[in-house]
This record gives sequence, C-alpha cells and structure tokens, in this order.
Amino acid sequence: MHNVTLATPDDFEGWRAAARALVMAGIPPEEVEWRAEGDPVPLFGGSPPPAPPAEAPPPRVPRGFPDLAGLVIRHRDPARFALLHGLLHRLQQERGLLDDAADPAISRANTMARAVRRDAHKMHAFLRFREVRVEDGALAAPLAEAGPMGVPDTAPTRSIAPALRDLGPLEASNEMVPERLAPVAAPAPENRFVAWYEPEHHILRAESGFFVRRFAMLRWSILTPALSAHWDGEAVTFGPGARRADAPAEDAAETLWRAYFASIFNPARLKPDAMRAEMPRKYWRNLPEAQDIPRLMQEAPKRVAEMVARGATPPVERRQRAVHLPAIIRAAQPEAPGGVDSSMPADLLTPNEDFAEAQAALRRDLLARNDLPPWVANATQPVMGEGPQNPLLMFIGEQPGDEEDLKGQPFVGPAGRLWNKALEEAGVPRDEAYVTNAVKHFKFTPTGKRRLHQSPDAGDITFYRPFLMREIGFVGPRLIVTLGATALRAVSGRAMPVTKVRSSLLRDPEGRPFYPTVHPSYLLRLPDPAAKAREYDRFVEDLGQAAATARNLPAR
Amino acid sequence: MELREKLEILADAAKYDASCASSGTEKRDSRDGGLGSTEGMGICHAYAPDGRCISLLKVLLTNACVFDCAYCINRASSNVRRARFSVREIVGLTLDFYRRNYIEGLFLSSGIIRSPDYTMEQIVRVARELRETHGFKGYIHLKTIPDADPALLAEAGRHADRLSINVELPQPASLKTLAPEKDAGRIRVAMAGLRTRIEEAKEARADSAKARIVMNGGPRAAAPRFAPAGQSTQMIVGADASTDATVLDTSTHLYGSYRLKRVYFSAYSPIPDASALLPPVAPPLVREHRLYQADWLLRFYGFTAPEIMAGGENGMLDLEVDPKLAWALKHRWMFPVDINRADKEMLLRVPGLGAKTVERVISSRRVRSFRMADLARLRVSIRKVAPFVTALDHHPRAGLLDRADLRAMLIPKGGMADRAAILPAGLAPRPVQLPLFAHA
Repeated sequence: MHNVTLATPDDFEGWRAAARALVMAGIPPEEVEWRAEGDPVPLFGGSPPPAPPAEAPPPRVPRGFPDLAGLVIRHRDPARFALLHGLLHRLQQERGLLDDAADPAISRANTMARAVRRDAHKMHAFLRFREVRVEDGALAAPLAEAGPMGVPDTAPTRSIAPALRDLGPLEASNEMVPERLAPVAAPAPENRFVAWYEPEHHILRAESGFFVRRFAMLRWSILTPALSAHWDGEAVTFGPGARRADAPAEDAAETLWRAYFASIFNPARLKPDAMRAEMPRKYWRNLPEAQDIPRLMQEAPKRVAEMVARGATPPVERRQRAVHLPAIIRAAQPEAPGGVDSSMPADLLTPNEDFAEAQAALRRDLLARNDLPPWVANATQPVMGEGPQNPLLMFIGEQPGDEEDLKGQPFVGPAGRLWNKALEEAGVPRDEAYVTNAVKHFKFTPTGKRRLHQSPDAGDITFYRPFLMREIGFVGPRLIVTLGATALRAVSGRAMPVTKVRSSLLRDPEGRPFYPTVHPSYLLRLPDPAAKAREYDRFVEDLGQAAATARNLPAR
Repeated sequence: MELREKLEILADAAKYDASCASSGTEKRDSRDGGLGSTEGMGICHAYAPDGRCISLLKVLLTNACVFDCAYCINRASSNVRRARFSVREIVGLTLDFYRRNYIEGLFLSSGIIRSPDYTMEQIVRVARELRETHGFKGYIHLKTIPDADPALLAEAGRHADRLSINVELPQPASLKTLAPEKDAGRIRVAMAGLRTRIEEAKEARADSAKARIVMNGGPRAAAPRFAPAGQSTQMIVGADASTDATVLDTSTHLYGSYRLKRVYFSAYSPIPDASALLPPVAPPLVREHRLYQADWLLRFYGFTAPEIMAGGENGMLDLEVDPKLAWALKHRWMFPVDINRADKEMLLRVPGLGAKTVERVISSRRVRSFRMADLARLRVSIRKVAPFVTALDHHPRAGLLDRADLRAMLIPKGGMADRAAILPAGLAPRPVQLPLFAHA
C-alpha cells in the first residue's frame, strides 16, 4: 500500500504530479491511499510511492480531462483523489472513455463536477457582504472584538478578527480610485466588505477570482469555516478558517434590501417549491432577506383574498393627466376615413394636389382597413412608395422583404441594392424613378431566427390592387415598369408569364403603357454565375430600353 | 417620503414585469477600474416565495403614468400611491446593493410622465450616471419607450446591456381595448428599429475587430456598443381571450422578425387596484408554465408551433401533462424509439429526454450499447421514458402504447397541475372566452 498526502484539500497541482508519477510507475489505483493535509491519518501505514522509471512515457489525457479533474478535486468527497486516479489510469487504455457519460466512474465524476459548479454558482449568488468601517487602519465595530472573546493573540486561533487587523493599515490608494469614482454614494476607500459563507465544497480558493474581477476596487474578506480570503486591491491572501461570529452582524443597507425583497414578491403567485428548489433552506441563515420568507408566505393568501374582496375599484377622480403628450398618442386613433371601395376605379378619386399628402392618405386608408389579410398582423409596417411625382419611370416590385419591413422603405434589401446598381449602369438617374410594391406588407413564414419570404397569392394581389391603382394615379409616371410576375399581374389585371411578355410595351386596362421585366430577386436566385451575369446584363438592357421608350412617350 | 417607502412603492409597481435575466452580455470586469463584472452567465441572487429569480434591482423611476392600461397597476385611473425616485437615489441604491453582492445590476422602467421623450431622458440619465460617473460595469436592462426620440434610444443602447419593449398582449385588437394609448404597430416599428441598431453595432464591432488585426492591433476606437445582450419582450397571458395557439404564433413571429432573445409570458395576476375591465382572477400559472415549455420546444427541440398545438385541444395546450408528452401521446405510432439507433431529431422528441441528455446519449453510443441502467446514470427518469423507448434490456410491454389509460398513468401525481388546482381563497380562474370580447 502507498500513501500520498496533498498539501490542501483542493491541491490540483499536487494531485496531478503524484497521479502522473503513479501511472508512470504502473501502480494501480487500488494500491494507493490518498489524503489531504489535515485529513485523518490511515490506521495501517503505507509507504510513499516509488519514483517512476525514467524511461516511462508520461500519461496522456483527452482535452476535457484537466478541466473535469480540476472541478472534481474541489469536491468534499474523500474518495475524489482515488476516483480521478482511477480515471487517469483507465484513460491510458480506453479511448473515448471521457465521452461515455453512462460509464459509472465518469457518471460519478460528472455528478461531482456538477455539484462543485453549482456550489460555486450559489456562492456567487448568495454570498452577502457587510461593510465595516475602518478607522485609523483598524476595523471598527460591528466586527466582534477579539479581546472579550478571550482569544490570546499569540495562541493559534480560529478567529479571523485578529487576522484582519494584522493586515495592517490599509492604504487609501488614491491613484487607484479616480476622483470621479468617489461621489457621495461611494464607501470610504479604506472600508472593508466582509462576508461569512459556508460552501459545501473546497471552492473558495478557486472562486476568489470571481470576486476580484467583480469587486477589484473594494477591500474585501470572505470568511468560511475552513479558509478565509482577503483582497487588498493588489492580491488575494488566504488565511485560516473562521466562525460566523467573526463577521459583522449587520449592515445598514440590509433594511432597504429586505424591503425590496418583500415588495418585489407577488403574493398572488405563491410557488414556494420553485423557490426552495433554487434556494434551499440551508442557505437561508446567511441571507438577510430570508428571515422575511415565512412571514411573506403566511400573509400571502390573506393579501390575495383582500384583493378579490375589493374587486374592481372605481377610477380615481383626479387621474394622471396627459398634458404634454404628443397628439399621436393623446388622440389615440383618429377616426380614419372608411377606406377605399375596391370597386371604385382610380380615376374617379379626387385628384389630390398635394403629392405628399396623397401618399400619406394612401397609407392611412390602407391601415384603416379592417379587412386586411390576416398575415398582415405579423408585418412590422406598411412599406409605401418613394420617389418624385411624374417620374420618367415608376417601378413596381412584388412586396417588401425583411429589411424593407424593418426600415419601412422600399427596395433597401439585397434585391433593391441590385436594382439600384442596374439602374445606375443603365444610365437612369435615380431621381427620375419612383419605386413601390404591388403588395405593401411583408408576407413571410418564420423559421427560427429567419423570415422566409412567401409569395403573395391572387387574393393578396387583388386586395392591394385598388391602392396600387390609386398610387399610379397620383404618381403619374410616363411609363410603368413591372418587376416580376406579381407586379405584372397587379398592373395588367390578369396572370401571364413574365418570360412571354418581357421587354415589350403593353397597355393596362386603363390604357396606360407599361413595360414588364424580371424581378431583381430572380437574378439573385440564379445558381450559375455565368447565367447570373448574362441575365443581369439583360436586365440592365431592359432598364435602358424602358427609359428610352419612356422619353418618347408624352408626359402626363 | 422616506427612501424606503419609495423603494417599496416602486418595486411593487415593477413586479409584474417577468424578466429578470442578467445573461448573454459581453464580458467585462473591474480590474481596470470601476465596479462590477459580467461573465456571460446570469446570476440569480435570491428567490422570492413566488419562485421568481431576483437578479436585478427591478424598479420604476416613477409609477405615475398618463397611460390607462387596464391590466396595469400604475394606470392613470388607478388609486395606487404614487412615488418618484430621483436619479441620484436609484444610482445610490444600485451601487449600495451591488457592492454587497445582492444584485447583478439594474432593470429600470418607468411610467410615462409628461412625454415619452422626457421619460426616456430620465431613464437614460440613470444609466449614463452609473456608467460614466461611477464606472459601473454590472448589468443594465432598460425598458424602452416606443415613441421616444431615436437619439435617446441610441444612448440607451450605448449604456444598456439589454433593451426591451413589451408587446403586452398577444393580439393588436386586445391592446386597442385594454391599452388605448398603446399601438401595436408603433411597438413593432420600435422593435424593428432596435433589431436594426443591434445588428449594425454587432457588424461594426466585428469589422473594427478585423481592422485591428489588419492594423496589427494599432489604436482604433471600437465601434459604439448597442445593447449587446439584445432585446426581449413580454406578453401578458390570460388578460384577453387569446388562445395558446395565438400566443405561440405571435411569439414565433416576434422571435423571427426582431431576433428577440426572449419572449416572456406573464400570467395575468390580480392587482390590488383592479380595473372594472379586468376584475381579479387566479393567475393562470400552469398555463404560463406550459407556454414556457412550448417555447423551449420551439427554440431548442425542433418542434413547430402547429406540432405543439396538435398535442392540445381547441388551440389550448394540455394543462395536465407537459407539451412534449402531450404531443407523444397523440403520435404514439412513432414510438417506441430505439435509444441505440434513433437519430438526434427523434431522440429530442422522447418525453423525458432533454437536449443535454440527448447529446450525452449520442456521444456515449459510440462506445456502449444502452441498457436502462445506463440511461438512469444520465439522470433520466426511467418511469417517464420507459413507455417510449427500447434499449438492449428493455421493450415496453406489449400493448402499453395502445392503452387508452396511458395518459392517466403518466400524469404526475402532486405535480404542478394538481397543486395549482388548489386555488387561493376566493379566486376562480378566468374563463377563456371573455364576455368583453364576445362582440369582437
């Protein structure tokens, strides 16, 4: 039998060195007895393990093992060292062992690692500091005095109070605390924040880093039964364990914190099991707010019964008034005009002199419709047309896409950018083009984090058509260019294939000329780069031809 | 008014907002100055007896409000006592609580006073003060007011980790009835604006990180941050007549449209000063719980909303069993599933197997053929999975999956649904169809 003694209960480096040597020496786990300094000495003594042979290959471990072992070593189970030694031993033969969570030893190690992780997480959560004033370098009340407790300064002591004093005068290092960081709310820089905490496992050393990162500018001490940690702004020092009485008994802020805890609780949704699952009773004694839990639970049913008994209350006479609210909110929804009768032909509408007002009215009338297709509720906003009145060309696309829906502007997505580029290459000035869509809302199916474009159906096109006709009416372009099948159908009033009529001059039912071509998104979808380039050139050609045709048409 | 009294009033006014998350933001700490840290994982510093996590100091700046939303305790016509924090008071409370490790940070919201811009300005001031004057590096969640000036929203995003705008109710029509000053359209436009800004900031930061590498780490200002922990929203469940199908459909569309980090469901809960439009009823806690479970299945288990709803009846989820079990009970022909052979998609559909367990099963399968004892070592409830899986040493009893009483056998005794059936004194659940909406 061999004995190995580690310096501390969480001595990972010591364990690693010893376990490596044992595996190299070929000593199996069942022949080793592990202990940490301070653990009981085994009854039947053994010998220290022999040095491994010089030529033995060092053990190899998979990537995840050091992390796992680092966690398991902090578990309070005395068998942890042997368990890890056993795993290291087996890992030399069994590849893939670490990935087999159903293996009994791996399962046990995983369970222990989970317990340590949870313990650390709970420590981050449930540790509470109390502020202690420091006067002339010495801790002031309410920290317990060492003298009255009868602990002689010279004798070995479990009390941390003297240890805190021995840290010496804590310098108010002004250069570390810039002027702007010391307003009224800040504590005096030399004050110390002291916490008493009872972790289940040996985690304080490992977790002190968390508190350094979070509270680097404070001076703090964490006292636990087995170990204490002290931060002075430069380094963490570890000292002996402490008692609860060594920590301050109260803190001025606790009254407010408890008031907050009691007020944020909703008595109508009492779920004590859910609370206890995450915050088991064992933590309560060190949580200042927990002393209110029994009272809050007891009063809850009565408070709810009172709410019910009171029922609805009449509105207060002097209600809060909206004096400065902008009109859009105060006036709620202005009664919008009843909408456009879809049977009403566009040219019978009163021509609106003011172009901008005509555009705004179109938007208002669309939104006021109570028979919008049901999918419209999922769109962000209607996307209306943009451009000058009486333009050379009026482009009509299909419907807004994802980006258009978010920004509320037409042709700002990928297809729109391509269209813009083509327009420029065709030599059509952007300010001679008006652009809009046949359907004014984005129709889509959600798939996880993406929105998949859904083509509008015949019903959708029919619904929006009167609005499009009205828009064409007040925009008054020389020539309409329809992009893709939807726009072609909306303008012509019937379904026809784009490929058959593309690049020709047609007339809509009202006799207005229009010029059909493809939708730029069609170009984006072509998989073959050569075909894409060819089709793009043709599209540019179409735009150029449309502009040339329009220049020969009479202005409206 | 004493600070303590204000805190009581303004925390009480804030408790109907379900969100208290402090996760998912960038990593930062105070070793180079300031106070606080965020390390990605959220921390719940306490739990109230309502089972809810307390992670942030969740308060309103003021509970005075000119809006008159029927479901809200702070509505203009409510008799509730009003209070208002000064910017300095909130900043002081946040820092005092943070230093003592009570909280991860601040979740600040407010009633609308004077104007949306004025209110938003006050909210932003608190965040600015915390970040710029006190070097606060903890978590900040700000409630955003949809109608506020874009410049204020930009500043809010620079200081906050998370921004949120509540859609409040699953259907625009209900909002019109219960919250006349709010408008579903404007709320959506505001959420769209946040998504655009969040994505632009993310791209700009990625670009500037790339540029730094190209320039050999030379000095170059990082792009301004904008709500690195994204945006979330909340929907009240049980205040209107919306079915679970509507709620899930709306949340699915919201996730997809605005890349929300979370859609919170909040069971409509009686308030001390109820409006005549919404008299006090028992909060539908089980329904809220089932909706969260369904939300999880949608986001992490590859279910679609119609599939989940197929487990229920008439657009409502089964309250007695969880939605995955409900789905499985209606799709029995797809079971039992061979734990040693089934693909990941199918394993994720087995009641009782969580996403992490499925990963472990798949990884372990390379070196082992599963017996039920092996499954038990993965902390799987054998009772729950047994009818739906086969393993080397297990096959469900012949006919078990066809038994009419299988559902009854699997309903957890003393489970959530059971306990919720014992309602607090005098509280009855609200009927799904409200008379209020009978005419709509």
